[in-house]
Amino acid sequence: MKKFLLLFVTVLSVYSCRTDDTFSVDDDIQQPEEPDVESVLKGFYVVNEGNMFMNKASLDFMDFESGEYKRERFKDANPNEVGGLGDVANDIGIYGSKMYIVVNASNKVEVLDVKTGEKLKQINVDNCRYITFYEGKAYLSTYLGVIGDPSAPQGQVNEIDTTSLSVTRKVDVGRQPEELVAYNNKIYVANSGGYSPPDYETTVSVIDIPSFTETKRIEVGINLHRLKIDDEGDLYVSSRGDYFETLSKLYVVDTKTETVKKTFDLAVSNMTIHNNIAYIYSTEFNYFTGENTISYSKLDTKTETILDGSFIAAGNEDLIQIPYGIAINPDNEDIYITDAKDYVTPGDLYCFDSDGEFKWKVVTGDIPAKIQFVYQPQ
Amino acid sequence: MSWLVYLVGAKLNEVRFLKYFYNSILIGCLACCCSVSVFAQEQDTISTTTTLKEVVLKYNNSQHKKHVSPAPVQTLDGATLTRLNSLNVADAIRYFSGVQLKDYGGIGGLKTVNIRSMGSQHTGVFYDGVRLGNAQNGQVDLGKYSLSNMEEVSLYQGQRTDLDQSANGYASANSIYLKSKLPDFENEKKYAADLTFKTGSFGLVNPSLSFDYRLSDKLAARISSELVSADGEYEFRYTNGSYDTIAVRNNADIKSYRLEAALYGNPSEKSSWQIKYYFFDSERGLPGAIVANRFERPQRLWDQNSFVQGEFRYEVSDSYFFVIRGKYEDVYTRYVDPEIVSLDGILDNRYNQKKYYTSIVNTVKLKPFWDVSLASDFEESTLDANLYRFAYPKRFTLLNALASNFFFKRVNLQLSVLSTTVYETVQAYDSADDFQKFSPSVLLNVQPFQNSDLRLRAFYKNIFRMPTFNDLYYTFVGNTFLRPEDSEQIDFGFSYQHANPSAFFEVQADVYKVWITDKIVAVPGANLFRWMMLNLGKVETTGVEVGLKSSLKFTADLDVTGMVNYTYQKSIDVTPGSNSYGDQIPYIPLNSGSATVMAGFKAFQLNYSFIYTGSRYSQKANIESNYVQPWYTHDLSVNYTFPFFENPMQVGVEVNNVLNQQYDVIKNFPMPGRSYRLTLNYTL
Repeated sequence: MKKFLLLFVTVLSVYSCRTDDTFSVDDDIQQPEEPDVESVLKGFYVVNEGNMFMNKASLDFMDFESGEYKRERFKDANPNEVGGLGDVANDIGIYGSKMYIVVNASNKVEVLDVKTGEKLKQINVDNCRYITFYEGKAYLSTYLGVIGDPSAPQGQVNEIDTTSLSVTRKVDVGRQPEELVAYNNKIYVANSGGYSPPDYETTVSVIDIPSFTETKRIEVGINLHRLKIDDEGDLYVSSRGDYFETLSKLYVVDTKTETVKKTFDLAVSNMTIHNNIAYIYSTEFNYFTGENTISYSKLDTKTETILDGSFIAAGNEDLIQIPYGIAINPDNEDIYITDAKDYVTPGDLYCFDSDGEFKWKVVTGDIPAKIQFVYQPQ
Repeated sequence: MSWLVYLVGAKLNEVRFLKYFYNSILIGCLACCCSVSVFAQEQDTISTTTTLKEVVLKYNNSQHKKHVSPAPVQTLDGATLTRLNSLNVADAIRYFSGVQLKDYGGIGGLKTVNIRSMGSQHTGVFYDGVRLGNAQNGQVDLGKYSLSNMEEVSLYQGQRTDLDQSANGYASANSIYLKSKLPDFENEKKYAADLTFKTGSFGLVNPSLSFDYRLSDKLAARISSELVSADGEYEFRYTNGSYDTIAVRNNADIKSYRLEAALYGNPSEKSSWQIKYYFFDSERGLPGAIVANRFERPQRLWDQNSFVQGEFRYEVSDSYFFVIRGKYEDVYTRYVDPEIVSLDGILDNRYNQKKYYTSIVNTVKLKPFWDVSLASDFEESTLDANLYRFAYPKRFTLLNALASNFFFKRVNLQLSVLSTTVYETVQAYDSADDFQKFSPSVLLNVQPFQNSDLRLRAFYKNIFRMPTFNDLYYTFVGNTFLRPEDSEQIDFGFSYQHANPSAFFEVQADVYKVWITDKIVAVPGANLFRWMMLNLGKVETTGVEVGLKSSLKFTADLDVTGMVNYTYQKSIDVTPGSNSYGDQIPYIPLNSGSATVMAGFKAFQLNYSFIYTGSRYSQKANIESNYVQPWYTHDLSVNYTFPFFENPMQVGVEVNNVLNQQYDVIKNFPMPGRSYRLTLNYTL
């Protein structure tokens, strides 16, 4: 028995090393670039989704002035925020001096001060998805207008006043709306209908901003997701297809006629439009090899034609496992692509120059999703 | 059961020795306080040595079996189960080494086991010799199985080596055997009844009742029934060292009802049969993960399970016996998520599984030292679901196992080979390919010295788990090209048992290696919005398990039993090209263990247990943001038994997690702090 007691006490004393304080901030600063105090851009934020139920959404910042890439900006600036940034951060946007982070599975939009990252306010909106801005207002798409009402499958766009930071108006749109843009006193939002397969939505909803009513639905294609606008007022809308027989496509919608004017057989995972060029990457999955084939293409939005070749220099495609977020540096046209890898390990952020040659890479949070540039204050 | 007698024969000296020890210790301790049934025997039959001897022998047999078994065995018997602070099988399993319990918290929370880091689908769970299955997700929720009707819970690494088992006894990498209570009559009484009422924290109300009735000398019946109702609410502390708040676990309520009715027949010395009906019905809230801004969730789950199973044994001659088993099972699950509203309204998924199973086992004694068994199982499983693009799969499984046991004086060897044939059909879309494989295993136990205190054991086993219906057919995620997930294990261990009239001491230790290949994992799929199941992972585990047990009898009124279990597991992701190559896999601590002290003094029993789980990672990458704190709980209980209207009444008080530690087993699923339970038990 003595033996047991001894063992027992040993077990207790050796293993009772539970640390009370698990809070720590990753001070492992990466420096991918030389400091540049002259830079037109102050830097960019990267919002990391984190896997669902893991509560691991996080915010990183690439600071051009110091050349440093810093992790966990939200946690740093708001250590006392219960639960932190939250579960699955889906989108980020900056308007004026405020930054808005849409945290999907935490049912909230965090409004932060762009400069300090400090929390200004939290706006609770269930199942919120994407955000855009127009004349002093933020517009937010949400998958369901009402939670738990069996007769209300449709989504909504909520209008948020960027001064009072409260929801001012709501309008019903199609089911499970995704990306949206505001242009010419109208909001265009891509409806997916993802909760009711195979009865996907096929339209882009048009909302008249002054009256805040849905005035039209433009017939486009099934299960819409990405929606970007070019300089001529053309919408580039991606359709995810039904994942089986109906393939993914890219549609061009003319906002003047509010009709589809062109279709590309291109499986768009994500895209960004810069300087009349849409940078698009597509992912195709092979059942047999279990591997993704990824292509990086450019599309001229003026001529609406796909340009030859990849925007990543040969050999560099293999660096990235799962491209997830994409952005073009408006100043030097560097290409940033985030790599979500297997979704359950920290991702990477790659920087390529405008010729697609590798410049640098840094480690991000889990599932780096979206890049938001920060301009120097005027 | 002549083969068993033979097996025991080799150890007769020791058995006699142990019998002496247990005779003295059991009268003093077990009889007065361990289990109520034993108590009852002591009350009325203290002079009837026959009954007592049976108790003693039973106890001896399980100790002895552990000693000579080629496969590592751990067993908790009914008496110990009553003493340990356990409500369900999952609570009890925590006391075994090599086991990690995945516990999502609370009375209604899902509880599955991961044995030797292989994943819960590699564990076969057997109830009275017939496998409990879940073709849909391949895992059994052990929280569902109450201990109130359980006689014994055992864990076998590798495989059980008894030759009366069905072919599926050979078909998993490790097995948990649950043995339900049998009718138990004192003397000439025609009936026995047991009433238990438990209540305590989380709004728990848990009455249970069992009733045994002797219909004739050759026929007995038993009914066991139970209700569990709890609001499941508890306070928990939510902190990361910087923010710090207290919240209440919501939507964690459960209401469940269980009924078991069984008939036991013993038509002759040579034959026996039993047939059982089992019914379980529950409704529970799914409290979900605690994340920022979400402390309440509305998802609900209904679970209804019924089966009829039977067994017939016939000993045709001294050298031949057969066993026939059969089962029909129906599992209905309904999941409602009000947060997802489609054109059809709120998401309301219904799943219905049906299973038909038959088995025949023929065992022949070819030589006094050589038994051969051929077991054949046939099983048909179907799954219906109201899901979009659902395949409605049907799986036919044919298992044939040929096993051979050799018993020599100091060597005990089992060789077996299992043939698995699977045919799969679907009503829509694509089905998985048909499948056939042979799986061998070798298990050995050797007594190296003249003295029988030390026995060495070793085994090698190669087996696999089939992809589940969810892996294969779940809309968008399933992949019909999946291959089975393979496991290969080697184990070396020893058992040391030593007894004298007032003490018993035991050490069980094993070192092992497990290789999991073609591990079925979810990976980002066809595009950014889908996951897909693939045979991608490779895991290599090196482990050590040590179990110590000691019983001491100080005086006629005082005895103490202590148990210590320790597990070391290094489980490394060795998937080529993995982002976390070389990292410890999620939720496997390097170190874990338990310590238990059970003391009996006159009519009192005092029990203390300590459970420790070391730090783990919640996701593949071994980085700080995935770090999960170690946890350890201290549980205490006191039982007091006294005569009440001439029958034994037991009152028990438990305090669990005495130090009120706040911990997560699964990240973001907080576990309860200190909790209390009061048990009243009356036997007549």
